[in-house]
Amino acid sequence: MPIQEPGKNTQPFNVIVATDCGSTTTKAILIEKVGNEYRQTYRGEAPTTVEAPFEDVTRGVLNAIAEIEELSGRKILDGDKIITPCHDAKTGVDIYISTSSAGGGLQMMVTGVVQNMTGESAQRAALGAGAIVIDVLASNDGRLPHEKIERIRTIRPDMILMSGGTDGGAVTHVVEMAEYISAAEPRPRFGATYKLPLIYAGNKDAQSQVQKILGEKAALVLADNIRPVLERENLTPARDKIHDLFLEHVMQQAPGYKKLIEMTGAPIMPTPAAVGVIMETIAKREHLSLIGVDIGGATTDVFSVFEGLFNRTVSANLGMSYSISNVLAEAGLANIMRWVPFTLDEQTLRNRIKNKMIRPTTIPQTLDELQIEHAIAREALRLALIHHKSLATALKGIQQERTISDVFEQQQSGKTLIDMLKLDLIVGSGGVLSHAPRRVQSMLMMVDAYEPLAVTRLSVDSIFMMPHLGVLSTINEQAATDVFVRDCMVYLGTCVAPIGQGKEGERCADYAITLQDGRVDKGQLLFGDLRLVPLASDQKASITIQPAKQVNLGAGAGVSVTREVQGGVVGLLLDGRGRPLQLPVDHDARAAMLTKWFKAVGLYPESDV
Amino acid sequence: MAHSYTPGLTVTAQATVRRRRMLSLPGTVLVAAGETVRANQAVARAELPGKVYPLNLANQLGVAPDEIKEYLIKKVGDSVQKDEILAENKPLIKWFKTEILSPVTGVVESVSTITGQVLLREPPRVLELLGYVEGLIVEVIPQQGVVVETHCSLVQGIFGIGGETWGEIVIAVTAQDEVLSPQHFTQAMKGKVVVGGSFISSDGLARAKEVGVAGLVIGGIHDKDLRALLGYDLGVAITGTEQVGFTLILTEGFGTIPMADKTFMLLSAHEGQSASISGATQIRAGVIRPEIIIPKHSTAIHSPAAVPQREGIRIGDQVRIIRDPLFGKIGEVASLPSDLQKIPTESDVRVLEVCFADGSQVMIPRTNIELIEGS
Repeated sequence: MPIQEPGKNTQPFNVIVATDCGSTTTKAILIEKVGNEYRQTYRGEAPTTVEAPFEDVTRGVLNAIAEIEELSGRKILDGDKIITPCHDAKTGVDIYISTSSAGGGLQMMVTGVVQNMTGESAQRAALGAGAIVIDVLASNDGRLPHEKIERIRTIRPDMILMSGGTDGGAVTHVVEMAEYISAAEPRPRFGATYKLPLIYAGNKDAQSQVQKILGEKAALVLADNIRPVLERENLTPARDKIHDLFLEHVMQQAPGYKKLIEMTGAPIMPTPAAVGVIMETIAKREHLSLIGVDIGGATTDVFSVFEGLFNRTVSANLGMSYSISNVLAEAGLANIMRWVPFTLDEQTLRNRIKNKMIRPTTIPQTLDELQIEHAIAREALRLALIHHKSLATALKGIQQERTISDVFEQQQSGKTLIDMLKLDLIVGSGGVLSHAPRRVQSMLMMVDAYEPLAVTRLSVDSIFMMPHLGVLSTINEQAATDVFVRDCMVYLGTCVAPIGQGKEGERCADYAITLQDGRVDKGQLLFGDLRLVPLASDQKASITIQPAKQVNLGAGAGVSVTREVQGGVVGLLLDGRGRPLQLPVDHDARAAMLTKWFKAVGLYPESDV
Repeated sequence: MAHSYTPGLTVTAQATVRRRRMLSLPGTVLVAAGETVRANQAVARAELPGKVYPLNLANQLGVAPDEIKEYLIKKVGDSVQKDEILAENKPLIKWFKTEILSPVTGVVESVSTITGQVLLREPPRVLELLGYVEGLIVEVIPQQGVVVETHCSLVQGIFGIGGETWGEIVIAVTAQDEVLSPQHFTQAMKGKVVVGGSFISSDGLARAKEVGVAGLVIGGIHDKDLRALLGYDLGVAITGTEQVGFTLILTEGFGTIPMADKTFMLLSAHEGQSASISGATQIRAGVIRPEIIIPKHSTAIHSPAAVPQREGIRIGDQVRIIRDPLFGKIGEVASLPSDLQKIPTESDVRVLEVCFADGSQVMIPRTNIELIEGS
């Protein structure tokens, strides 16, 4: 089937089946044209089968589609083949598309000359293309030359991206890195007999030398310099090459992907790249600053768009099943237990977390298990955002013009782009957020983890279909938009969180909410309060907040603010718990506080809280 | 439901397994198809290129990179001994002479006139790939490895640490719910695969190491003891390369959990026989689980080991509950309601009814059970 240039044309597909081959499960959705609009109608899932003993990703795909067949009554499979195009109203689909992060996703090693300059630019290029960066090597990374070579020998990436130097600058360091890579003779993760894809996107003056050193040892591809001058990044050419090589080389080697590529009617996208497409589209369409998160079993991806700049990071070992034990290791037991309103001895909790790690597809069966899982999710989300903030930065190392007024403000270059006060929307995706039994649970998990400031809207991916829609948008924008608006994006509501701290029970702010029908709900928010005001998805309201003297809502301490807020399936959350959010240190006081908050918003069934 | 299956652990007295033994880089295969091999026999060999040592001669001699060739005593491809002169300058006054000695024994791999760097490579290291299981070579993949087939009893564990090893099976406890204590270990267990019951403590693990057992197969351990054994908190379950003195295989999980009857009976039936075990675990899609392979000493060629076509769970299947509050309990599937049911967390999920030996029955989410596979 001819492949269209992404996003250019809209093909008249009426029935679409899309899969996302995740690290743990393969999720399939069916999209059908109902009347004049596209709707997501059925969903199926099955364990992913990319690794031993199956080593054929298509088996999991067929299993997931078989579930859709069962539920929908539509015949989609003919043995191991997907019936395309539609034969009649109940047979076949018009196109099959897929994303993939299975088998560890796209694992890359990147190199630069200066770690926090070209090294970081290369890292951002790889992350933006949907890769997991397993190491960043740089001339100044503190490792001795032989240690660098040893490292390149031992890790087996799917691809290497080399950067370094500005165009016209010195070539020595980047050539030296090429020599190290050549000496290490790196081998790819899959397939013993093919050459490792390597993209060189550094100083263009070194291209011929790099070609000479690495041309024979790797499948070398040249791209424009990602940092042609210090003051500017040029990541797109390298990202495009990563996508091309991912399909041409890496996917061809992964178990079963040759078959999968033949089955799909459009290029397979790495899952994070597809989610990134969706996040960028939302931000651009609605002119928003946003943070998106996809918390999976193995990894947590964070996306952000601030000042029009898109960034993505992946926290490779923060996840809710495969990597759950690592969340405990990184966050520490105390940080997890601070979100749980009951006691559990360390040994029991540790054993439970390890048991989830070794049997990753299990689900919480009791309320206390659910609360523990939500506590772990809060910490995974929090840690992943810290990681994201450290990489989503302005360019480092560039000259800054300073005026006399800057003398006392020694601001470094490379400041994070994430400004929680400018944040308009948080979008959550991934199993623990999309499948939380109550939507308010997803909302509070994100509020607790991210601590949004002032006024922030929150939403969640209804049943985890953003990857599917990301790849769909490259072949049929209309279908992707229809499904995204009607079936995917669930607006949870808006969180209003004054900045500042005070004693529990002290006045935090006075508020007046004017609803569309003219009714006014006035009240006082005290420190330590968490209040939920019903405001349906299709409703807007105007909220005027008069903060206490030391409290700020973005306009300055004590300055009144009026904002239009949007409703959602949860409503308007008035968060008087203070920012930064601080929980009581004493266990009993903390448990009582958590219980009060949980009850106030109806977080869990009443009798068990 | 033709495609659906429920992953589970295999515990079976009769199996034909094939193990692909592949070199990590091209080399020489040492055996031929049809040959019988032992677990500790080398089946293939490769030469791992030696370590590389970069040496910036330009810096050390204080000359420009494009001049270094003039100072080199050794050329590309030459062998060099440790402390042999690699390069030297030729000053007018002898006192100012600088000699650069080779830091390693190896060969001069490359000389760069752009960076002024010389790369020295140590001699290659020979890597031998062992058979791992006693069996028959059924396939040779030239330069890469072989496929060994064995007719055996097979037990899959849920989690393990440590690599491939082998040894005689010793049953150290009298029942599957008995705790394996330090007192159970004797010097006679050195080099053997010791099977315990429901649990082993950190003291027991220390004793196992002291005795020098080859492997330990047990129902469960505490996570804190695993952390103490490894010396770090295991974040992601990719294991198999740990070196703690023995290979450890958990059959049930973390905590004190009696070993499944079927597993304990099968291992007990093979006491005194030799087993090949591996702790390698990779918990991800597809999943690599630790294994205990007990070959049957038959050299007949069996039909290729077919991956059993897994089907959905059926009434009467033996299952293990793998999530609290009934974690580790084993029962039989009594019914498979097709409708979604609300569980205490308020999630609507597919469930099944499990009947225990005492006749009691509970509803469990289908994702929270594991089929005990194998006949």
